[in-house]
Amino acid sequence: MAEPIVELQSVYKSYYRGQLEIPVLYNINLTFTEGQFVALMGPSGSGKTTLLNLIAGIDRPSDGRLVVAGQDISRLSEGDMARWRANHIGFIFQFYNLMPVLNAFENVELPLLLTRLSRSERRRQVETALGIVGLGDRMGHYPNQLSGGQEQRVAIARAIVTDPTLLLADEPTGDLDRHSADSIMDLLSRLNNEFGKTIIMVTHDPRAAEAARTVQHLEKGELVSS
Amino acid sequence: MRLLKIIYRNTLRHWLRTSLTVLGLAIAVVAFIVIRTTIDAWYAQSEAASPDRLITRHAVSLTFFLPLAYENRIQDVEGVKAVSHATWFGGVYVEPKNFFANFAIDHTKYLDLYPEFVLEPAERDAFMQERNAAIVGRNLADRFGWQVGDRITLTGTIFPGDWELVIRGIYTGAKENTDESTMMFRWDYIDERLRREVPARAGYVGTFVVQVDDPQEAAVVSEKIDALFQNSLAETKTETEEAFNLSFVAMAGSIVLGLKAISILVIGIFMLVLGNTMAMTARERVSEYAVMKTLGFRPLHIVGLIFGESLFIAALGGALGIALSFPLGGLVKTMLSNFFPVYTIAFWTVVFAGLIAFVVGLLAAVFPTVKAVRTSIVDGLRIID
Repeated sequence: MAEPIVELQSVYKSYYRGQLEIPVLYNINLTFTEGQFVALMGPSGSGKTTLLNLIAGIDRPSDGRLVVAGQDISRLSEGDMARWRANHIGFIFQFYNLMPVLNAFENVELPLLLTRLSRSERRRQVETALGIVGLGDRMGHYPNQLSGGQEQRVAIARAIVTDPTLLLADEPTGDLDRHSADSIMDLLSRLNNEFGKTIIMVTHDPRAAEAARTVQHLEKGELVSS
Repeated sequence: MRLLKIIYRNTLRHWLRTSLTVLGLAIAVVAFIVIRTTIDAWYAQSEAASPDRLITRHAVSLTFFLPLAYENRIQDVEGVKAVSHATWFGGVYVEPKNFFANFAIDHTKYLDLYPEFVLEPAERDAFMQERNAAIVGRNLADRFGWQVGDRITLTGTIFPGDWELVIRGIYTGAKENTDESTMMFRWDYIDERLRREVPARAGYVGTFVVQVDDPQEAAVVSEKIDALFQNSLAETKTETEEAFNLSFVAMAGSIVLGLKAISILVIGIFMLVLGNTMAMTARERVSEYAVMKTLGFRPLHIVGLIFGESLFIAALGGALGIALSFPLGGLVKTMLSNFFPVYTIAFWTVVFAGLIAFVVGLLAAVFPTVKAVRTSIVDGLRIID
């Protein structure tokens, strides 16, 4: 029996626009276990990215309990939360969000700067991560010298280079053509199958969701099926 | 090290904007240094004054003369070590635009009271021997290409007529702030001619220079000298050389005050230029900072990136400005040599400009940093789905 890695209990989240409270998520109860590949689907405004952000520790629930990787992250201070994210979360963005002034190697190395690894250890890990995503020969390229698919591969390498507990992806194929999108999904499947990485992915794309083993649907801030 | 590399590359990311900002800062630094140096130049003469020297002049105005006979009476005042005299001649060399200070001095003692005017012994002997001999400062000699032995003619304004002089010495300053732009010639040369042509004006001098035994007693000695000539036809006013020189600065008090205000304004412009650049920079990079925070970087790292970039730009602008201020200061020195015999960029002015650049670099980063740190990751990424 796999260990639970994400547990949400009665999670509620709302935003304020001036005095007006805008609820986004209602009474979310969820458990994901180690090694799962989950797709969160739903229409725009359904709260799926908000849910992903809560699990990633880049946003906080308004109410409820959120335990990720054995830690109740809703109670962590900002500093502790940042350290926790560095240790446990690998995040893949829709628009890659690479640092334009750094080349592929340096972008992937970025999260390792927060560790105590030596320069040579960092180099070894970066080369391994770029090798896994198939960009071992593009280490010196800057983001503007790479295609969208390649940029997303670099972003995935950056997400996995610290060997995080959880890989979170927000529309990882949303900005890519079909061919590149399929290739990225193959890569994520491989990371799940071969390396046992737990992946939670937000997507609109049914073909991308096919790669996941579990699909959760959200509508108007509530889970509707699983 | 990698963060330093990010700071460096971020700085050069918009090279045109960075270059214009650096240039703007450099111009502000140059303006600041030149203005401060000009203010210093105004005060240079008073700072060069010796504490053991007093100046005695006519109580009514500098334009009135004092009888030479006062010299012996001043010499007899308790606490007076030596007395000499100097008279503002106001001669014009060829045309008025060639203005420089020229004094008729008591050749026997004046140079003893001013050891900062360094003259070769042979040149001093020549000055003593020849009645129409003159000595000039090194800067003045360079300005007109004069050499020892050259004959020049001054046209008198206060003492009408043409006055032929022979340059018998070129003095240099013992200190950095010694005026090297003055001409001095013998008072007995003009007095001799005045006795012949305008006898009523002979035997008078402009100011007495009084050396005191103890600078601490300067005020007491001054009072004693002035008391000596109270109720006479030519009452005197005696003050320290520094106070005497400062009275000239006071005449231009409004200009100096204006310059000081402008120098502060320049610092404000300096801050606005950099503040604007840093605000634009931080606004552009909000999503990058959000990504870094997502990766686990803490607010302190973001603070380091923004402050680092701001300080780097300020340092570039400051360094360029300081480097440019020396040739530009030299140019200003040449242009204003008539008015400011001593125009030197002080070490502390440069240090102050560097410190201002540093402080402005810090201040310009405060607002963008607060904004960047306070922006939540979610807002930074603009993900509210």
